[in-house]
Amino acid sequence: MVAGTCKARVIEAGTAVERPLGRRSLWPRLTLGCAILLTAVMLSVAVGPASVSLDATVRILASHLPGVGISESVSPAWRNIIWEVRLPRVLLAGTAGATLALAGATYQGVFRNPLADPYLIGVATGANLGATIVLVSGADASTHGFSVLPLAAFAGALISVVVVYSVARVGGAAPGTTLVLAGVALSSLATAITAYLMLKHTTNSLTIMSVVLGGFNTATWVKLAWVLPYAIPAVLVILAHGRILNVLSLDEQQARQVGIDVERTKLILLGAASLAAAAVVAVSGTIGFVGLIVPHAIRLIWGPDNRALLPMALLLGASFLIGADLAARMIDQPSEIPVGIITAFCGVPFFLYLLRRSRTVAF
Amino acid sequence: MQPAETEKRKNELPAGVPSLSVRALTVAYASGKQSLVALRDLSLSVAAGELVGLVGPNGCGKTTLIRAVTKVVKPVSGEVHLCGDEVALPQAEIARRVAVVPQEPVLPDAFTALECVLMGRTPHLKLLENEGARDFDAARQAMERTGTWELAERRVDELSGGERQRVVVARALAQETPVLLLDEPTAHLDIGHQASVLGLMRALCRDERKAVLAVVHDLTLGAAYCDRLVMLRPGGTVAAEGSAEAVLRPELLEAVYGTATDVFSHPRTGRPVVAPRTEGG
Repeated sequence: MVAGTCKARVIEAGTAVERPLGRRSLWPRLTLGCAILLTAVMLSVAVGPASVSLDATVRILASHLPGVGISESVSPAWRNIIWEVRLPRVLLAGTAGATLALAGATYQGVFRNPLADPYLIGVATGANLGATIVLVSGADASTHGFSVLPLAAFAGALISVVVVYSVARVGGAAPGTTLVLAGVALSSLATAITAYLMLKHTTNSLTIMSVVLGGFNTATWVKLAWVLPYAIPAVLVILAHGRILNVLSLDEQQARQVGIDVERTKLILLGAASLAAAAVVAVSGTIGFVGLIVPHAIRLIWGPDNRALLPMALLLGASFLIGADLAARMIDQPSEIPVGIITAFCGVPFFLYLLRRSRTVAF
Repeated sequence: MQPAETEKRKNELPAGVPSLSVRALTVAYASGKQSLVALRDLSLSVAAGELVGLVGPNGCGKTTLIRAVTKVVKPVSGEVHLCGDEVALPQAEIARRVAVVPQEPVLPDAFTALECVLMGRTPHLKLLENEGARDFDAARQAMERTGTWELAERRVDELSGGERQRVVVARALAQETPVLLLDEPTAHLDIGHQASVLGLMRALCRDERKAVLAVVHDLTLGAAYCDRLVMLRPGGTVAAEGSAEAVLRPELLEAVYGTATDVFSHPRTGRPVVAPRTEGG
């Protein structure tokens, strides 16, 4: 429709540079991310308090591929350690890291707030409370490998996100520190209620403790199967919205004027991010700062385009939390420290730096 | 609405149907317990190929009108028609018909100018679709016309206010809509770029039969470039409408703006030139 017919008053059109401009290819970055993730997985499966040789580890993993026979020379105890203990743990940590990083990037985009993170805005603690209520009620949380625990956590997460957003909302976004303040306040309440419920039902306290403190020491294949049916669709929905999330970084009015149904899009994205984060929290407890550190590190290196940021957050979030979990297992042997301590050590200095920087930007 | 049908409508609008028509529009904002009327019973229309200047004092509802046309605010009553259809359209369909250059637009830091202009292609893309050659062409053409192509790979937070303004104009052009709404497009621009942007709007009206409605604060500038002026008065009603000579009369200006002005005739073009009457002058 627009033909290049306009000749009057074209400003300096003759000076335009003849060179192809476009988006850089994603593949080198994705390949790098996959390589990092694969390395983290292999390292984390091979290293642990019980020393299993790398050679044996590879053979045990390979034996589960179709067409590869079980190797006789590997002891059943090792097989059990690798396949039933370490691998589900590593995969669960990876799923949690990927999901939390992606949810963090989504919250940051939708709220146009660099400080948004599932933990800091109270979504994780809300989810935790939801899961705890189901646990203490004594209801049978899982049937046929399908668990309602993530759904209960999702309900808690949604309530948190709605409350926090309503408090911190300024013209369609939640800029500045109010979001985090509201999140922290709500978190305290949710944690207090969780702790109360925990004390009232001491018989279940071990299970609840593991949910509250956060960690992957109770990881099993079954737990992974609880998370994935919720996390995978949510992740796919978010990944599909990369370009739209870029447009949302304009303000709400402009996003509408270039044709985005802002209310609906926000609902979809916040719903998906909260579902993904809640599913993870339901089995691994609250682990903070992953959703803050990973997306920001990626932005610093590769820029703000969400079409690159989201898949990279997925890969590097998984790698980061797998690494953090490995550190949690290995630092204080023979005991373990909760992985949340590791992520807090990495995340809090980063958070303070962002807080300092966003102060100068926002005010 | 099928895309093919839309295309047809854009190009073959029946004679006499304005590209943009607003009928008896009333918009109110809730302010505490009362509602504040921003526009009252306002009607105006812009035909294809016409550049209409919207003038009036601060707070008389010019920006509200633009927001109502693009469904950012919901009117209390009245109708907005875009290319013949009422604006009960999906947001993307509205954005294929009308593009907006907002007042003081926020641009996301760290994105490049080209990336920002490409965001104007959003209504033409499906959810999983990325910008293709067609979209890059549209963006490039828009940037060349606004003199921003050489800024394409610069980050927008490094650009000057005027450069950002022109990037937003380019984004609106890249949207390739039959109707353009501009909210003070010349606010951050020096006199050279003011002339360029308004000249470009005139060229778009003439060559591509676009319908352009521009909020202009500088009455002399509006008179020089627009085919027609619509003057709003506080309270959001039309004070006068018509040629620049008919609208820019000293007694009307004093009534609407509350200040005395002198209106001269430009010695070369004959268009009105408005100057505030200074003390002792």
